[in-house]
Amino acid sequence: MNKMALEGITVADFGQAWAGPHFGRTLADMGARVIKIESQRRMDAARGLPPWPKDVMPTPNNSGMYNCFNRNKLGVTVNLTTPRGVELAKEIITISDVMVENFSRGVMKKNGLDYDSVKEFNSGIIYVALTAFGSDGPYKNYVMYGRPQNYISGLSQITGYPESAPHPINISWGDPVAAQHAAFATLSALHYRKMAGKGQYIGLSQWEGLICITPENIMDYTLNRQVRMRQGNRHEFMAPHNAYRCGGRDLEWVTIAVETDEQWQALIKVMGNPEWANDEKYSDALSRWKNQEEMDKHIEAWTLKHTDYEVTRMLQKVGVAAFPTLSNRGLTEDPHLNERGFFVKMDHPDPDMDGKKYDGILWKMSKTPGKVHSRAPFPGEHNNYVFGELLGMSQDEINKLTEEKVLY
Amino acid sequence: MPDQALYGLKVLEFANLVSGPYCGKMFADLGAEVIKIEDPKGGDTARRREPYAGNTPGIERSGLFAYLNTNKMSITLDPKTTNGKSIFLELIKDADILIENHAPREMERLGLTYDVLEKLNPRLIMTSITPFGQTGPYRDYKAYELNTYQGCGYGFISTVCFEEPVHPPIKAGGRQSEFGTAQAAAVATMSAVHARDIIFAGQHIDIAIFELMAGQNEASIQHWVLAENEMGGVSQPVVQPMCPLPCKDGHIFLMCVEDHQYDKFVNLMGNPEWNESELFENRFSRADYADALIPLLSEWTKERTKQEIFEMGQAAHVPLAPAYSSEEVVNDHHIAERKFFVEIEHPVMGTAKYPGAPYRLSETPWQIKHRSPLLGEHNDEILINRLGYTKQDVVKLSQSGVI
Repeated sequence: MNKMALEGITVADFGQAWAGPHFGRTLADMGARVIKIESQRRMDAARGLPPWPKDVMPTPNNSGMYNCFNRNKLGVTVNLTTPRGVELAKEIITISDVMVENFSRGVMKKNGLDYDSVKEFNSGIIYVALTAFGSDGPYKNYVMYGRPQNYISGLSQITGYPESAPHPINISWGDPVAAQHAAFATLSALHYRKMAGKGQYIGLSQWEGLICITPENIMDYTLNRQVRMRQGNRHEFMAPHNAYRCGGRDLEWVTIAVETDEQWQALIKVMGNPEWANDEKYSDALSRWKNQEEMDKHIEAWTLKHTDYEVTRMLQKVGVAAFPTLSNRGLTEDPHLNERGFFVKMDHPDPDMDGKKYDGILWKMSKTPGKVHSRAPFPGEHNNYVFGELLGMSQDEINKLTEEKVLY
Repeated sequence: MPDQALYGLKVLEFANLVSGPYCGKMFADLGAEVIKIEDPKGGDTARRREPYAGNTPGIERSGLFAYLNTNKMSITLDPKTTNGKSIFLELIKDADILIENHAPREMERLGLTYDVLEKLNPRLIMTSITPFGQTGPYRDYKAYELNTYQGCGYGFISTVCFEEPVHPPIKAGGRQSEFGTAQAAAVATMSAVHARDIIFAGQHIDIAIFELMAGQNEASIQHWVLAENEMGGVSQPVVQPMCPLPCKDGHIFLMCVEDHQYDKFVNLMGNPEWNESELFENRFSRADYADALIPLLSEWTKERTKQEIFEMGQAAHVPLAPAYSSEEVVNDHHIAERKFFVEIEHPVMGTAKYPGAPYRLSETPWQIKHRSPLLGEHNDEILINRLGYTKQDVVKLSQSGVI
């Protein structure tokens, strides 16, 4: 069996919803032992989020969101409102190298699980706090979700059509961005710990993560005092540069982007050298850019005669960047993703969930490939294993704590 | 004791624009030594992308490049030439990591595949970032940010298809798919650094923007596989309000996924009579009657500024945020108090504020030690001081277009 990159690393995962669990999953996919800590009193919010199997009532175990971001983890239930529960959480932290939390500010401190308390009994811990706005400053306690975060980061302001409202982006983009930034900082801190023997605290602001990945917008202002606005799909100099409707099923689109004159020539050749394309309005890059609205109508008249994949194949063959605007269904059925073995099928005791396709390991490592070895845990599924085998408690004690709603 | 987490790691970056260079920046900003290998004829493509300082194009004036390449060294090198390739290979012998984002066939043509490099340095980690990966039917496809962002499912869910005329699906501003993949590439690369202590060897990492972004798309695959919902329920939210609302001076985004949040918001509005209608009874009915609800909410928000509503709403624990412009982000008082932006001086671009890092490490903080390099700024330092070439050799290499 292959070795895994992060074997030997244990993570105490107090993550909720998306950013926290995604962080834990990233490390678990690479072989870390990740212990997900929840409570029946307050289960991971993702268990209550869609999608669910069609026409099936939600249960704590059939959310696609939850199952997607918690695979490969061990699941325990610990009631942190009891003193004994907090002690047990501390025992898990004691055998951990990393802990992560994305609760509201103050929750961990109230439970005596803030960094200052934790480092007293585990000085080597890498303690990761994922927050919306950071752990200090006037907004530190503000309630926030991913989509409003797109707005306050400035990203929505530069997304959409000039005549429409700033675009919601329709995904909590800051969550995976926070998770990956944090995972990098964590692996770097573990690297440092090998050299220097010291753990540390990592505080991450999801807001700042989004600002870090939109530098063109920010620096146009800091350099030139220019405030950018939304411009549809327009590029700073490329044209054609848009999504064009295709003639297959409803709402089928293909994106085409042209950078050079050679690419433009290749495009119009594939389109059959139409007369309009030889107008001097389109004779060089700047003319095409200036006249792109009219040009796009001509191009769309052509793309409408083909499917998205047909346009893609014809244009890619001659070196023009084109690709279908795939839906989630399109991704699931896409030949390339399937041929690369991107998807995995997950076993699940619930027949509505069993054997379903999920996104697999997000990158391929030649010698220590990641692996999806188990589905996301049920609440408390690994209580016996974690408290019995890993922490050495007797079955009687575990049963007693379960009855007392400490392991709950 | 080193004061930075990645002190001692040696990274070569042979990459253009964003996906490779942001990955390299993450290493450089935490203390790794990053040598950037640039094309002698004009350097990294990002040098020719906006915004330019003072709106004046020039290869030392791009704000995008300046941000992406802090703390790095730059050498110019053409590995298509015999001498250029041998310098490249000499650098490989002493490197821990190579980050590259060239097309798969390009690296084959240059003879710089992992198989070749591994023989020179078995501990080398090579991270290859491409739109579609090193294998599979699309490996040679060309793609820009527009193609990858929309190709990975993000465009489809932003189709404004319920209004006429139907607008094309939208790409998010900037280069989100490249940045998103760059970050993940940094995580993958650090995983391989840890793996070296287990397998005592380096390895090759194949990271495709297409896969990475498809897998980070808010469980979108599951919306199809489980729920058979192709829109993922996002273009028409199943609960409301979850929408931008107009203000005196722009927009706010209100997101009441729980009933109590909505109740708090209408309480701020003074509990208008219309809210007693059963149409607005709960989050699901509010989604069914969003067309009626949104104008009523807008009437109130339109009378106020976004900052006013932001502060009022947050004081009442309502999840909402203003649509900020770049100017408002830079001048926000919270971000100022956290000292997020850093001022960096550059000999050509002058002094400007740059975004800092999103993480604070208590023992080994993120640091800017050097501004981004000028093209080939470190040729002498690397070639003469490190590889032992003479001053005269460097002149010859330069005149023949190798560096």
